Parts: sequence; C-alpha cells; structure tokens
Amino acid sequence: MSATPGIVAINTFREAVRDRVLYNLVFFALLMIGAAILVGQISIGIERLVIINLGLTAISIFGLVMAIFIGVGLVYKEMEKRTLYSLLAKPIRRWEFLVGKYAGLLLTLCVNTAFMTLGLAAALFYVGRPFVRSDASILAAVYFIVLELALVTALGLFFSCFSSPMLSTLFTLGIYITGVFSKDIRDVGELTNVSALKTLTRVVYYLVPNFHNFNAIAVVAHGDAIPFSLIWQNTVYAVLYAGVVLLAASAVFSGRNLK
Amino acid sequence: MSTPAIEILGLTKDYPVGFWRKRMVRSLDNLTFQVEEGEVFGFLGPNGAGKTTTMKLLMGLIYPTSGTARVRGRSIDDIQMHREIGYLPEQPYFYDYLTARELLDYYARFSDYSAAERRERVTRFLGRVGLADAGDVQLRKFSKGMLQRAGIAQAILHDPKVIFMDEPMSGLDPVGRREVRDIIHEMKQQGRTVFFSTHILSDAEMLCDRVAVLAGGKLQGVGAPNEIVSIEVHAMEILFEAHEGRPLPAGLASHATQIGGRTRVEVPESDLYQALHELRNCEARILSVSPVRPTLEDYFLRLIGREKANSHAVEVNSR
Ligand SMILES: Nc1ncnc2c1ncn2[C@@H]1O[C@H](COP(=O)(O)OP(=O)(O)OP(=O)(O)O)[C@@H](O)[C@H]1O
Ligand SMILES: [Mg+2]
Repeated sequence: MSATPGIVAINTFREAVRDRVLYNLVFFALLMIGAAILVGQISIGIERLVIINLGLTAISIFGLVMAIFIGVGLVYKEMEKRTLYSLLAKPIRRWEFLVGKYAGLLLTLCVNTAFMTLGLAAALFYVGRPFVRSDASILAAVYFIVLELALVTALGLFFSCFSSPMLSTLFTLGIYITGVFSKDIRDVGELTNVSALKTLTRVVYYLVPNFHNFNAIAVVAHGDAIPFSLIWQNTVYAVLYAGVVLLAASAVFSGRNLK
Repeated sequence: MSTPAIEILGLTKDYPVGFWRKRMVRSLDNLTFQVEEGEVFGFLGPNGAGKTTTMKLLMGLIYPTSGTARVRGRSIDDIQMHREIGYLPEQPYFYDYLTARELLDYYARFSDYSAAERRERVTRFLGRVGLADAGDVQLRKFSKGMLQRAGIAQAILHDPKVIFMDEPMSGLDPVGRREVRDIIHEMKQQGRTVFFSTHILSDAEMLCDRVAVLAGGKLQGVGAPNEIVSIEVHAMEILFEAHEGRPLPAGLASHATQIGGRTRVEVPESDLYQALHELRNCEARILSVSPVRPTLEDYFLRLIGREKANSHAVEVNSR
C-alpha cells in the first residue's frame, strides 16, 4: 500500500478546515444549547428522549448535508479548476487520488461527528441525568450514522466522476431517499399482482443501499440496546457497498479524459 | 545509441464535439518525433495547433485515440515514468487555500524526501523562481506571473530528468522571461531534457537545440531552428545614405524605407549586384549589405497561411 492516498487525504482535510467547513459545529452547538434550555424548563421526564432524538437527528442531517455537498465537488472541483493537472503528473495513480479524496472527506466527517457527539453528551449532562449504562448505545447509533455517511460520500463521489455537481446531488439524494424507504417500497411491491412491478421493487430493494438499517435513533432514544449482530452486519454491509462504489468510481475516473 | 528522452509514436487525438458529442474533430494527427536526452526542445505552433493536447497526452491527463509515447524508454502508462518528469501545465492553477511553501511541500511528499530535505528543497526552489518573499502567502493572493513561477518551482522541485513545460514564459514580465530562460539553460547544463511549447519564436531561437513545428494538429517539420529557417530563399538587405539631390531609380525607391537619415531596401539575392550598381550611379554611401534570414516568425506566418487554405480537411469521420 502506498502512502499516496494518505497524503491526499490529509490535504483534503486541510482544505475542509481552511474552507471553514467545521463552522457548522457552531450551529449544532446553538441548537443543542437551545434544546437543552427549553427541555430543562418543561421537564416532564422525557428530557432524555427529546435530547437524544434531536441530537442524533441533527448529527445525521448535518453530516448528510456535508457528505453530499462536499462529496459531489470533491473530485469535480479539481477537474474543473485543473488543480489535478500538476498533481497527476506526479507518481500518483488516479485511483489513489480518488481514494485519498474519499478518505479525506471521511476524516473530516468523523471529526465533525465526534465534536457533535461531544455536544450531545454535554446537553444530556446539562438536562440533569448522570450518564447511565445504556447511554453507550448512543455511540453505536453515532457509529451507524458514520457508516451511512461513508456510503453516501462514496455515492456522491461516484456520480461526480461523470456528471455535474447539480446532477450528482440529485442522484445521491434520490438514492438516499429511496434507500431510506427501500423496505416500504419492497412491501408495496409484494402487495401488487403485477409481477413486473414486484420484480422491479425487489431489484430496487437489493440494489439501493438499505439505509433503514442504519437508523437506530428511535431505539437508542428509548434506552433500548443495539444488538451486537446489527453492528457487525451494518459494518460489513457498508464497507462492502462503499468498496464496490469506490471501485466503480475509480474505473470511471481512471478512464476519463480530463477537460 | 542511448534511449531518447521522449519518443512520440503516431499520437492521434480526436475530440468529440457538438451537443451529442457524436462528431469527432481531430486535434492531433499521427504525431511522430523524438527528443534526445539532454536536449532543449521547442514545440512550436500557432494557437490551436495541438501543443497542449500533446502535453496532456504525454502526462496521461487525456488518452490518445491511437498511438503511444515513451519517456526515457517507459510507456506513458507506466506510473514509474512520473518519477522522472516534471510538468508545468498551461496557465497553472493550484490549491488556493495553501501557501506557496505548503503547496511545494505537498508535492514534494510524493517524492519520498525526508521532512528536512523537503524543507530545504522548498526554500531553495522558492528562491530559484523568485518567490523567496512570497512563500508564506496564500496562493489565492498570487498574481498570474507568481502562479506561473510557483508552477515552474513544482515542475523542477524533485530534480526530474525530463521537464515538460506548456508555455513557460506566458504571463511573465521581461525579467521573468529572462529568469525562465536562465532556468532552462541551467537544466540543460545539468544534463536534463527540457521540452517546452511556445508560440514566441525568439524564445525558441534563443534556447532550443531543436524544434518541432506543429500546425493544425500535424507536424510541419523538426530540426535545428536554423535548419527550419534555411528552407526558404534568402533576400539581401542594403543599408545606405542617399546622396542629396540624386533621386533613386524608381525600381529601388518603390520599396525603400527611411530609417533616421538612412535608407533600407530589401532585394532578392539574384538582384543584388544590379541594385548595388544603381546605388553607385546615384552616389549613395553603402553602409551595409547583409542577408535577410527569414525568422521562424516568417516561417510560422507562411505555415498558418497554408493551414488556413486547407483547414476544412481537419474534421474527420462522423460516428
Ligand atoms: N476538450 C476539448 N474538446 C474539444 N476540442 C478540444 C479540446 N481541447 C482542445 N481542443 C481542440 O484541439 C485543438 C488543439 O488545442 P490545443 O489546446 O492543443 O492547442 P495549443 O496548440 O495548445 O494552442 P494554444 O497556443 O492556444 O495554447 C484546438 O482546435 C482545440 O479547439
Ligand atoms: Mg496550449
């Protein structure tokens, strides 16, 4: 394994930091502070539920917005501005560049998510509960969000290898939303008698990433535990899926003429 | 004989054009030539000739429709080839959130230098391209010429054996151009090969061992600058002071030009003695007689004229 993707990744992270991407944390902090104060006042025994629900949902949405909007520009911007020209003249394979950019954004997302998780913990602490053992499962829910972001980023990167950021955003969002509802889509298909529709919904179900499985927010908010089997299933699923998407992205990107 | 620094073997590039990208236009047509180790080689051609296309093909930024190329015996598909080359893109643009020093350091990381070596090199090459004081300025604040200088620094930072530069002098002031010429000289002195494109012919005449001339995607000639030039017939230039009150014969007067108190005429070599004879008859004082070497500029202009005449032939098969 060469060091190249790592070097590219660190520079990508540096770019995100200098472009003030992490400023979104300020909004997250304000949101958490506001929620904590509000919930603290109405105090009817559901503070914990509200804060966890709100916090995890915000972590997920903030992350998704970042993953999609930065993800679709990640490689596209370098092609468009021609910063790639001098870089690819160095001993760097195109897939190494791609993987580096991907890893760099993932690192950015992880750091961002880590800070948001700290914010959530602080808010939970503020509403007056000592941490309980089941709070550990919040970390599992956060981990699922990170896996989800890894998948979404890979998809955005893939589309941006051959289409504009606009279209890539639409495609990625489309797949994400389909993925969230893929179980429902399949269930609708099972109800019909039209076999073509049935086949189609099944194909969609198996093709599109099943984002439903990555949403553990409700479970955690109610203090239920996340089964260990789900953790490793999701991990394997996300790693394989993102791996295949990255492979496809590399194939497209390696074959294309830069403008 | 040693392996050539660059071998270009039938490189051809068609670009799709039009809304459906169905029509193909040939931008580079069966280009073949080679550059020897240690040469400074000029790649000349008017706008749209295909110089940048060739450079991008060699760098693997775009892929040829047909043909191949080798650099120091290595196929351009071979990633190892990139360890031995440097590339200055046309109108280079870099990560504008980095400082010049950070940019060079980033690029140097791909060449396995230690941190201390990188620091030393970056400082040395910033100085070499005249950016010693701008090292800690973010590239978004760089002028065009400064970006060009940063581009040159990154192209030579890792002591490449073969350096590709796409219009290295563009965007530079006279001092800058001079400095780039010095750098190219220095690269030659160190035994490196420099392959650069330009449409400024005086730069090529001054620097190049050999040049290739490209127009309309086709190679028009390869050779020493003066070989390319000597294809054409010479004319002679006569400079003289006319005698007051002795008008020149009409034949000479019609294409004479006044420069200060002197007069200049250009005559075909075959008419030289006739012209001198006429000048003696009107008591002109001859200051100098010298052959007019057609410059590359002239060659170029003629080429463009010829290209224009058959430019309709450029478009190729509609798929
Ligand atoms: N991406 C592209 N799509 C379509 N045509 C292109 C593309 N890039 C270049 N061309 C065409 O290829 C031809 C050669 O262009 P190229 O940029 O190689 O010329 P050049 O010699 O570098 O010119 P200049 O001196 O202006 O830099 C031109 O006719 C140009 O229009
Ligand atoms: Mg060009």
